[in-house]
Amino acid sequence: MAKSTGLYRRRIWVNRWNLTASLLTMAFGMLFLFWILATLFLRGFQALSPALLTQMTPPPGSDGGLANAIFGSFVMVAAATFISTPIGILAGIYLAEFGKTNVLASITRFINDILLSAPSIVIGLFIYTVVVARVQHFSGWAGSFALALLAIPVVVRTTENMLRLVPNSLREAAIAMGAPMWKVILMVTLKAVRAGVITGVLLAVARISGETAPLLFTALNNQFWNTDMNAPMANLPVVIFQFAMSPFEEWQHLAWAGSLLITLAVLVLNILARVFFRQSAPK
Amino acid sequence: MSATASAATILTPADSAAMTRREPTPPEKREISARWQDVLFEKTTLFFALFVLALLAAIIGSLIYGAIPALQAFGPKFFVTNVWNPVTFQFGALAPIFGTLVTSAIALAIGIPVSFGIALFLTQMCPPILKRPLGTAVELLAAIPSIIYGMWGLFVFAPIFADTVQPALANTLGRIWLIGSLFQGAPSGIGMLAAGFILSIMVIPFIASVMRDVFEVVPPVLKESAYGIGCTTWEVVWNVVLPYTRVGVIGGIMLGLGRALGETMAVTFVIGNAYKISPSLFAAGNSIASALANEFNEAANPVHLSSLITLGLVLFILTFIVLACSRLLLAQLAKGEGKQT
Repeated sequence: MAKSTGLYRRRIWVNRWNLTASLLTMAFGMLFLFWILATLFLRGFQALSPALLTQMTPPPGSDGGLANAIFGSFVMVAAATFISTPIGILAGIYLAEFGKTNVLASITRFINDILLSAPSIVIGLFIYTVVVARVQHFSGWAGSFALALLAIPVVVRTTENMLRLVPNSLREAAIAMGAPMWKVILMVTLKAVRAGVITGVLLAVARISGETAPLLFTALNNQFWNTDMNAPMANLPVVIFQFAMSPFEEWQHLAWAGSLLITLAVLVLNILARVFFRQSAPK
Repeated sequence: MSATASAATILTPADSAAMTRREPTPPEKREISARWQDVLFEKTTLFFALFVLALLAAIIGSLIYGAIPALQAFGPKFFVTNVWNPVTFQFGALAPIFGTLVTSAIALAIGIPVSFGIALFLTQMCPPILKRPLGTAVELLAAIPSIIYGMWGLFVFAPIFADTVQPALANTLGRIWLIGSLFQGAPSGIGMLAAGFILSIMVIPFIASVMRDVFEVVPPVLKESAYGIGCTTWEVVWNVVLPYTRVGVIGGIMLGLGRALGETMAVTFVIGNAYKISPSLFAAGNSIASALANEFNEAANPVHLSSLITLGLVLFILTFIVLACSRLLLAQLAKGEGKQT
């Protein structure tokens, strides 16, 4: 009896010990989330000023803003979104509607999932070799292409997942009405999962707007205001990288301000996408 | 319009054939054009699905093409020599490959237990009200751009790491025979260990969310029967939930490893950028991704450029294999699920 109570006690203690450890790991994760966010807010807010939006990135040792970088990032992300959304949605439609069982579709699905987590710097390298090395100069377009390639797998995946949630009876009803397949897909099934697809696009935008690595060798950077997508283009992530690694205090301040802006944008997009999806998801 | 349509029904076939020319879309023609539109639509979507496949082929093809000059210059020796000298044009990939593997290993060594704890907490212990916010918070860790991790790591984490964690490690683990040399050297805050640690925080959300998802598909009846014979929560998780979801858990870990191998910006900030292979984890090193981020734009010499592209090829193949294993394992789990329920 004494032995069994000893064993019993030991089991209870092991259980308590491990569950406490589990609680601590959760706290560990949260600690870093809040530590990083707190650092960003404290250092970023100090550096926020209206000049950020009106002035260009300064030369070393003087004050300035991030207007050209914010504009460049915005334009490149927008272009990448316009390129990747139709491609991603159409590929997703093929996987969900036409290729449920065939081998080609399963290979595509598999490859798409790998591209989803492929290192973004390799995508930058790829665009460098096929675009930048050919035309012999860095450009905003090259940056947009690299970002688009990162966004496509996200859109493909969510579009396919969402279309698979549509009950077959809905498709059958539309087909019975005499609608051709393309109308069934575009006007019935895709419409039914509109919210989910938009969520996917928002998540893709959130992902690409913080990407730095693929822009290093494609869009490069530009100290001046530039609206020409054919020339090197300033963008927030690369400016942050360059400024944070520099020894100049003014530059480092701007890097913190830029980081705050970019993180806020990404987190707001992420949370928006989740809230939006939860409210309009097909039940 | 409706008059001609009704008249057509009582006309002879020859007459109706003549009428068809004036009618915009008779039913059979409409059917043909609808079928044609369908084929066109299907082929269009197929084209874009193939585009994704072609993308992978193009990435591998372009990297191999770019790697040719370096491989011609150095041969297979490139992958096993530890030299990186842009002045004498001697390049070998051993140091960056070593750095990539070591930082990823550190990331997993810390990341796996922590992710398991988080998944355990979220699925077995968390009050239902907190489940969603805490789950979202963990996923937000993955949403923070990696450059932010890098800046935070360099300016905030590294000084604290150098002042507290590194001396403590050197004084405890550093004194133990055999593994002691891993924790010796100047505690500068930047280096392999710091890079691996920050990587571990970055892979936690990926591993933890896969673990949580697979833990949640364990049939309640299995857990209930274990509880029924008097198991504690820990015993249920360790002896029932974990064995049941083993394949998925490994898939999640591989997914995290794939992320860790290719992570660029966070590592670039804190790894120290030195082409060295040092026994100490405190020492500065270099990973493939950080070497690319730092040097690619400055590489003017074709052999230098090609060596860097070869590094990219190595990285892509490594992550491809790891991610492929991960997906195959997770797919296997999904298949098994279908059979058992």
